[in-house]
Amino acid sequence: MTASVSDVVVAGRFASKARAAWDSDLLWSFRRSPVAIVAFAVLVACVAGAVFAPWIAPQHPYDLASLNLLDALAPPAWVSGSKPGFLLGTDDQGRDVLSTILFGARISLFVGIASVALAAAVGIGAGLVAGYAGGRIDATIMRGADVQLSFPAILIALLIDGVARAVLPHESHGEVAIAVLILAIAASNWVQYARTVRGSTMVEKGKEYVQAARVIGISPLGIMRRHLMPNVMGPVLVLATINIATAIVIEATLSFLGVGVPPTQPSLGTLIRIGNDFLFSGEWWITVFPGAALVAIVLAINLLGDWLRDALNPKLR
Amino acid sequence: MIAFVLRRLAQTFAVLGVVALIAFALFNYTGDPIAFMVGQDATLEDRARLRQELGLDRPFYVQFARFVGNAVQGDFGVSLRQGRKVSVLLAERLPATLELSLAAAILALAVGIPAGVYTALRRHGVVAHALLAASLVGVSLPTFLIGILLILLFAVQLGWLPSFGRGDTVALGGWTTGLLTASGLKSLILPSITLALFQMTLIMRLVRAEMLEVLRTDYIRFARARGLTDRSIHFGHALKNTLVPVITITGLQLGSIIAFAIITETVFQWPGMGLLFIQAVNFADVPVMAAYLCFIAVVFVVINLAVDLLYYAVDPRLRIERGAAH
Repeated sequence: MTASVSDVVVAGRFASKARAAWDSDLLWSFRRSPVAIVAFAVLVACVAGAVFAPWIAPQHPYDLASLNLLDALAPPAWVSGSKPGFLLGTDDQGRDVLSTILFGARISLFVGIASVALAAAVGIGAGLVAGYAGGRIDATIMRGADVQLSFPAILIALLIDGVARAVLPHESHGEVAIAVLILAIAASNWVQYARTVRGSTMVEKGKEYVQAARVIGISPLGIMRRHLMPNVMGPVLVLATINIATAIVIEATLSFLGVGVPPTQPSLGTLIRIGNDFLFSGEWWITVFPGAALVAIVLAINLLGDWLRDALNPKLR
Repeated sequence: MIAFVLRRLAQTFAVLGVVALIAFALFNYTGDPIAFMVGQDATLEDRARLRQELGLDRPFYVQFARFVGNAVQGDFGVSLRQGRKVSVLLAERLPATLELSLAAAILALAVGIPAGVYTALRRHGVVAHALLAASLVGVSLPTFLIGILLILLFAVQLGWLPSFGRGDTVALGGWTTGLLTASGLKSLILPSITLALFQMTLIMRLVRAEMLEVLRTDYIRFARARGLTDRSIHFGHALKNTLVPVITITGLQLGSIIAFAIITETVFQWPGMGLLFIQAVNFADVPVMAAYLCFIAVVFVVINLAVDLLYYAVDPRLRIERGAAH
């Protein structure tokens, strides 16, 4: 009896919370923006397709037993000469293009999100230390950041990736390629977070709650972690959202150039590179559909990021 | 002023030093260079003698100093894959990359500035909205995908333009140019559009934002009150004042055009330095990688330094700010 009453109370509380969230500024502006709604729907569909790829893909494209070379190079379902069961056609190995896209998006999204998470972690740390410590430490970190910022991110990722490939023995490329790639993309991106966090930290550290924390004897590390960090995270989250799109593009570009993920675990960029070889013999679908999936994901994230930035900008309200 | 210039120069040399160190480390710690040079049956004494002759037994800083000394003279050794001098390889590829980058930069400016002005002046028009939406799509499309789509449409489907290579080239002294032959010019069209598109959208958005900013200022209102024509206000007063930041940003972007040329050159098999670098990465051809690394670092550092000094000369506010801070 009491359990059910508390259930009702909890449910009621949840409903009122949900209600409050629904009426909040952010969701109100979301409901009013058809672009944001469509972008969000597309993104959810892509992410769901990628996450559940092993269960929803019509075929497991890297399980050799399920492949049949007789199915190779079949065009998409609406073109004459297509084979049943292959909605977007097949590649030269008889892999279903739709399935390779679902599995490829999995790798692309994983590398994109992991590298942004790593870059944000490093950048937030460096920004907090630089902003809080000031002086020589600040100057050293930010001078390095300035220098790095004057080179395009893709060039830095390419160089790190290239150097790693030259240094590591050739046999180990397959196993560590994805880790190296995540590291390279993160290293090319951390500066933006460091700058943002440093700026807000310098504002926050003069405030009374930080002084109070210092007076009661909390260590600098404790202050940075427990007091400053929660207060400087807002802009970082917006930045991270948009940067996932950038990271996915960099990953796709490196994979397209042949220095990204190994062909045994192809991402969308690798698929486009493989398909590029078939462009001239007329098998356009092997390239065009992975390309379309990549653009859909990146465009959806960019549009959502633009909307989020405007929605959180008090000047535009 | 002098302190600022000196500090910038010190920073520049620090960056070049770090890049040289990376390039040197690449050279020395990727496998044993002796193993590349001698046969399988060379004795240990032979190897040791060669090591001594090449100075590979000397301390780290001596070797590094020698590497820098050679690099400054443009000597990066011999390509492991092609067996030719790296400096010669790079010099052969340089004209292709520079012609492509220059064509892309000119195209980006020639389209980006008018489009930016137009979208600022007719900001609520249908065409302006369409251009802005297109620029967002342009930013979301990765460079290599733009190239592939252009190839698919203009080379495969329509068959109008060639999809790879530079076409016929003419040698002018040490410089091979594709700008003097019909096939060379035709080959340049698709790669330069691909390379220009991203910068084009960037310049368009920048010009639009700057124009909107300037059009709100008092001197524009005053010019209107004086009864000047729209044409004279928009182009004589407003556009002129937006061009300073545009020129600086374009200068900075010149470096990224050369960097992004790596991607475009790979898509179109354009025989430039970027393609050479990607092939070097794929085959772990360390001398070529190290040389390209140093080349691109010098390009960026020189461009950044020039832009910084230019800024300093052009914008008096910067001088006051720095004077107050120090």
